[in-house]
Parts: sequence; C-alpha cells; structure tokens
Amino acid sequence: MTTKRLSIQRYLPEQGNNTPYWQDFDIPFDDSTSVLDALNYVKEELDGSLSYRWSCRMAICGSCGVMVNNTPKLGCQSFLRDYEGPVKIAPLAHFPVEKDLIIDMGLFLDHLAAVQPYLINDSRLINDSEEGTETFKQTPAQMEKYKQFAGCINCGLCYSACPQFGLNPEFLGPAALTLAHRYNLDSRDQGKKQRMPQMNREEGVWSCTFVGFCSEVCPKNVDPAAAVNQGKVESAKDMLIGIFKG
Amino acid sequence: MREQDIDIVIVGGGGAGLRAAIAAAESARKEHRQQRIMLLSKVYPMRSHTVSAEGGAAAVTSEEDSLQAHFDDTVAGGDWLAEQGVVDYFIRHAHRELVQMERWGCPWSRKPDGSVQVRRFGGMKTARTWFAADKTGFHMLHTLFQTSLKYPEIERLDEYFVLDIAVVAGAVAGVIALEIATGELILLRAKSVILATGGAGRLFRFNTNAGIVTGDGMAMAFRHGVALRDMEFVQYHPTGLPGSGVLITEACRGEGGILVNKDGYRYLQDYGLGPETLLGHPQNKYMELGPRDKLSQAFWQEQQSGRTGKFGDSDVVYLDLRHLGKEYLHERLPFICELANVFINVDPVKEPIPIRPAVHYTMGGIETDAHCETRIKGLYAAGECASVGLHGANRLGSNSLSELLVFGRLAGEEASQRAATVTFADSTALKEQAQAQKIRIAKLYDAEGEENWVELKRELVLTMETGCGIYREVAGMQTTLDMIRDLQTRYRNIRLQDKSRAYNTELMQCLELGYGLDIAEATCLGALERKESRGAHKRLEEDLQQRDDVNYLKHSQVFFNAEGPAQLRWQDVDTHLSAPAERAYGDAGKGIKQ
Repeated sequence: MTTKRLSIQRYLPEQGNNTPYWQDFDIPFDDSTSVLDALNYVKEELDGSLSYRWSCRMAICGSCGVMVNNTPKLGCQSFLRDYEGPVKIAPLAHFPVEKDLIIDMGLFLDHLAAVQPYLINDSRLINDSEEGTETFKQTPAQMEKYKQFAGCINCGLCYSACPQFGLNPEFLGPAALTLAHRYNLDSRDQGKKQRMPQMNREEGVWSCTFVGFCSEVCPKNVDPAAAVNQGKVESAKDMLIGIFKG
Repeated sequence: MREQDIDIVIVGGGGAGLRAAIAAAESARKEHRQQRIMLLSKVYPMRSHTVSAEGGAAAVTSEEDSLQAHFDDTVAGGDWLAEQGVVDYFIRHAHRELVQMERWGCPWSRKPDGSVQVRRFGGMKTARTWFAADKTGFHMLHTLFQTSLKYPEIERLDEYFVLDIAVVAGAVAGVIALEIATGELILLRAKSVILATGGAGRLFRFNTNAGIVTGDGMAMAFRHGVALRDMEFVQYHPTGLPGSGVLITEACRGEGGILVNKDGYRYLQDYGLGPETLLGHPQNKYMELGPRDKLSQAFWQEQQSGRTGKFGDSDVVYLDLRHLGKEYLHERLPFICELANVFINVDPVKEPIPIRPAVHYTMGGIETDAHCETRIKGLYAAGECASVGLHGANRLGSNSLSELLVFGRLAGEEASQRAATVTFADSTALKEQAQAQKIRIAKLYDAEGEENWVELKRELVLTMETGCGIYREVAGMQTTLDMIRDLQTRYRNIRLQDKSRAYNTELMQCLELGYGLDIAEATCLGALERKESRGAHKRLEEDLQQRDDVNYLKHSQVFFNAEGPAQLRWQDVDTHLSAPAERAYGDAGKGIKQ
C-alpha cells in the first residue's frame, strides 16, 4: 500500500507547550481513505495522544471539521486520494484552539441560540386530552422557501471561511444568520419581529461583506451567503419601517 | 469535586434525551414546579446519533390505516416478543408526537395540498412513515435541539462524560460525570435520572453506527443491578455500504428500490417474501418490503450459495434505484445519492448500489416498566438504550424514531413528577460513590499494564461479528463468550498512552471499551442460552431453527455479577392482546391476522 505524509498541527498547552507545532505521520491509504480515517489511524497506530472530534463518519453530525491544506473541510468526506503531495491538517480557523484539532465551540453555540432558532407562534402544546390533533398546512412550495437553509449541520466550516468572523468573533456569523432566516421564511412562524433586532445589529447581517467563501466551503450546499444577503434585504426593510413608524 | 443539586438529570442529548428534557420542562411549568433540569452529553446534542437516521417515523395517519394494523405489524414484526401493553400505548401516542414535532417546525415532506406525506416501510401493512426527505433523524434532532433552546430551565453540560449513576437505598441519587475539557469530575445530586444514551452497535466490527454508540448507559445501569433485557436481538440492517457500513435507508425500498444478486435476480422471492412484485410497484410486506431480519438472513443465504458479488473485499448484493429516475431520487433520496457518490463513487441514478448487511440497532437494553422506570426507583431509560419492550425480537424500520418521542416524553413527565415528591439523598453516601469514581479514574491514569485499548477493541468487535452474527451456532458463541471474559481480564491490565487531563479522548475510548465488554457479555450470553430461532436471533443448529414458544416465549434478563460471570434469567412476555401466531410475509402472509 502506498503512503501519504500527513502534517498535523499539534497544540498541547497542558504539557507546558504553548506554541502549536507540526508533526508528520506517514499513512497507508487507498481510494477510500478519508482524512478522518487517517486521523483514526494515527490515534490507533502511531500516537494515542492526538485529540480531535468525530462521530457519524457520514457527513451529517458536523463534528469533524478541520482545515485540510488551509481549507475548511469535513474530515470524513475529504479523501487522501484527492491531494497531491503532503496533506496539512489544522484546527478550524478563527476559533480558539483548545488542544490539537479541538476548537472551542462555545461562542458558535451562543450565536445560534441568540437568533431564537425555533418556531414562534401561538400554537399550543398537544395535551393528552386533546382530540383531533392536526398539523399546519404547508405546501411543497412554501417549504421550498426555507428548506435549503434548514440543512445546516452546525459544523462551523463557514465560520472558518468567513474573514469577518475572523476579525470580530461577536459577528453572529453565517450559520446563525442562516438559521434565523430559515425560521423567518417558514410559513408557520410569526417570530420574525422578535428576531430582527439581532439581525439588524452591527454584528448581525451588516457585518457580512459578501465574500461568499462560506457558501463555497459548506459541505451541505446550504448557501449561507444567500441567506445572509436575503437577510440584509429584510433588515433594510425592517429598519426603514422602523424609521417611518418613528 | 464540584457539586450541584439538580432535580432531573438527563444523560444523553439525542432524540430521546431532548424530548425528555422538553417534556420535563413542560410538566414542571404546567404544575407550577420550580425544577432544575440538566442534560449531559458526551457530545454536543446535535452530534448525537439520532442525526444519522434517514428513513422516517411511523404513526397511523391515513384513513385506510388503523391502530390495530400498526399494533399487529409491530407485534408480528417482533416475533411476539414485544410487551403488548407497551406496543398498544406506543401506537396510540405516536401520531400525536409526530404532529407535535411538526408544530415545533420539523420540515416533514408534504403532499401538494400541504398535508403530511407518508411512505412505505418494511414489515408495515400500509404506508404510515412520516419523513423529511431522507434526513428524518437529522431534522428531528435539530428541531428538538433548537426547540430546547426556548426553555431557559433546560440547562446543559455539553461534552461531559457520565461515569456512573449514584444509587442510595435502592433509589437513584445522582450521577458522577467527567468534564471532557478539563478531566475534572462533577457530582450532580438528583431526584430523577433519565438514561437516553443510545444503543451499542459499535460492539460489532461492521456497523452503521456513529463512533459514540458504545452503550455506556446500558453498562452503568447493568452494574447497578438493572437487567439488560433481550440483548441477543441485534438488528442487521440489510443495506449498508461496503467498506464503511454507512447506512443506505430502507426508504430506498419503500420508494420502490429492488434488491438483486450478482445474476440480477431478485432473490428475496426464494425466502418466503414473494412472489416477485412488479418493478415500480412496491407492495407492503412483499419482497423488498419484508422486515429487516428476514432480508439480512436472505443475504447470508445468498452469500453461502455464492450468489453475491464483490465490491473491494466485501461480498455484496445490489440495490437498484435506476427506474425511479433522477428527479424523483433527488427529491426523495438526495442524501442517499450524495452518500453513494462520496463514499463509493456510485451514482444511484445510473448504477445499482452495492450493499451488504451491517449491525444497526440494539433491540434489547435497560429493562424498564411501561412507564420507562427501571427497578432502581427514579432511574428511567428511554430510546435505544432502553428495553421498554416495544420491539421484541426484531424492530420494524421507522418505529424507533417514533419510540424516542413517545417514550422520551413519557420518561420526562414521569421524572418531573417523581422529582416533585422526593427529597435529595443524603450526600455522605453520594460522596463516597463519587470518590470511588475518582479513584477508578486515577487508577486508570496510573496503571502501568501491558494491554492497550486498540488491540482489545479490535478483538472484541471481531469476535462479536464472528460469534453473534446474522446466524449463530453454539460453538461460535461459546468461543466468543470465552473470549469476552478473557478480554475483561486483560482490560484490568490496560495502560493509557495519553496521561493528559484535557480532552483525553484515549481515556474516553478506554472507558467506552470497559462498558462495551460488559454489554458484549450480556449479548452473547443471551444468544447462547436462547435455544431457538426468533426474529433477529437465528440459530444454525438443525433442531433450533424454529421458534419455540413452549420454552422461549420469554425475555432474557442478564444480571451483572461483580464476583463472576453474569447471570441469566427468563421473564414472561405480555401477550394479552394477541396470541402468538405464525409470522409470515409475501403471499404466505395473506389471510394471517397480522
């Protein structure tokens, strides 16, 4: 079996080593070997101290985001066969690094929660006694409006791609703004008014300079750039209405 | 050690755990109770394995369908080993839960008029499976997670690895957990604890499961004297991708996909599932819409007869979707198209997908009563980790996503109610148990043994596959059981390479392996002692190939024994609504009440 050289960025502050450094490993690989497989090989065969996150290995849980040759990728669906020469693996850019490839997701989750990402309406909870439980009606066309934006797996790759988030971590960022937009577009939702103040903030949609790299790296084709820019239109309208209303 | 008093602790942030948390919060609000609810998970909730479920969630929906039919399908599907009172509760509450999910925003696929669409699934008499394209679990999990953010009373400790439950005087008293980021322990004193920790598919080498599906919660309850019930029933999903085991949903067949062997022959007609149905006209309970156990067993037979093809090193059969057309596939099965493309470079629009069975689901689990409570007061279990008795010897596809809602909710409500009526346990006894965990972890760090977890894990998953596979026989199972016990001994001599405290993922994997060895023993013991064939448990010995209701219309219960090998007992099955009958599909099933 042929091998591929993997350079992995290590960071072990607990051991008193406060500077990240690169460590090389040679990995046997074939056509099916993913970056995640390679990391698991390192952990199981070469160095048990390497730390990284992973779980589903089928590109749906969003755990295994890393920089592969400086581009944000899901480790499980990036394959060594697709890279010429050595492959550099580093933690996702723009996030604080905790250890090796593990980043601090705390702020990302705060941003998600900040946009109230749930249906807001006056429908009641269904009780035991309730008869004739019915769903809302929502036509395929109504669902189509938000469906793409509901596909986000919270992997954080778009934050690594976003220069604005890199400059200012208070920026809500592509995923959170997309989620807000997803609920705003949902025909069953009445919560747009509550969400708009977050969108209108300096750290809301207006921090985006439309680089569009977020949509390029999105592993699920959610197109956060489109959501954020549609969000800008909504925000402009909302603020104008605010002005007229005084 | 940090300590906190929490009314209701939930371990696991997948579908069942999140549903339980929301139910507990709603119960508390309704009754004007001030209760702290804490959800701990070893991963962020949206990483939980519920996310990987694809096909859908079952509930009686259309006018032509009936509760009786869903009941009969589930009971027959489980080869009469389901608790029938539990099945009855389930089928009555499933629809309401799916509607509730809709009201929380779940993007269920729709008909043109805006009502919810259902699809066919294996072993179900009619189409009753709600779906969100082929990412149903993903959408359900994210809907639940996002909805949970609405409740400030639901607190979370993300990336906390629960080490043990604390039990005082026969009642649950709290949990002891390890903060993964720091390696520090935390003691949560609690009035109710809900385990929602998922299955144990990772005990087997070739599986569809996420890396986290290691059965930790099952082992914790087991070590405290709760029975693991019906563990011998391990579901092989008939369609996993060769190499990785990545799941290719049953919905492919629900939508009309067919299975062929290397000669292009629809072999299922030779295994009591025929006659062959017309291409593009799938028929419930015929051919590809038979139950998972039968389909995986048919694969094994084809493999023995040399009629499977090859993909790399794997023996495979083929799932052909081409006749469904590109547009339909991209609408109904977009994720499948993506997965086949990414992982084996096959475009299902143009080529059949090579597939083979892979371990998928743990039918058994932590024994609970019909209210999700275990024999330890205040300790509940829900979802795949639990054996509430819904699935019997074989689970029907799309019953488990509904299960985690119905029983997650029930567990949450029960836990809240109990927490309102009891007081916290005396903390002296609790602290002792927390201290024991601290010592256990310290010992693991200090151990200078010769064994490493990688080698032990590899031997475990291989022997489970060999001894407890689709078909089983006594010698193979005995070898596996002996090997598991040997691995348990060797595990005591394990050594960590990584001695760091923060994010010590090697430590996690070591702990998971320790839990896994206990569950493996229970699984294999149950399989060895069940001297009959039923559902997913299929024996090769000539005199054991039939179901034996005289001797084995019983649940197996395996009990932990600190002094030696685990002990097995048998427990009666609730069959008060439907007497055991012949289980048949295809034309053979015509006219049989099921």
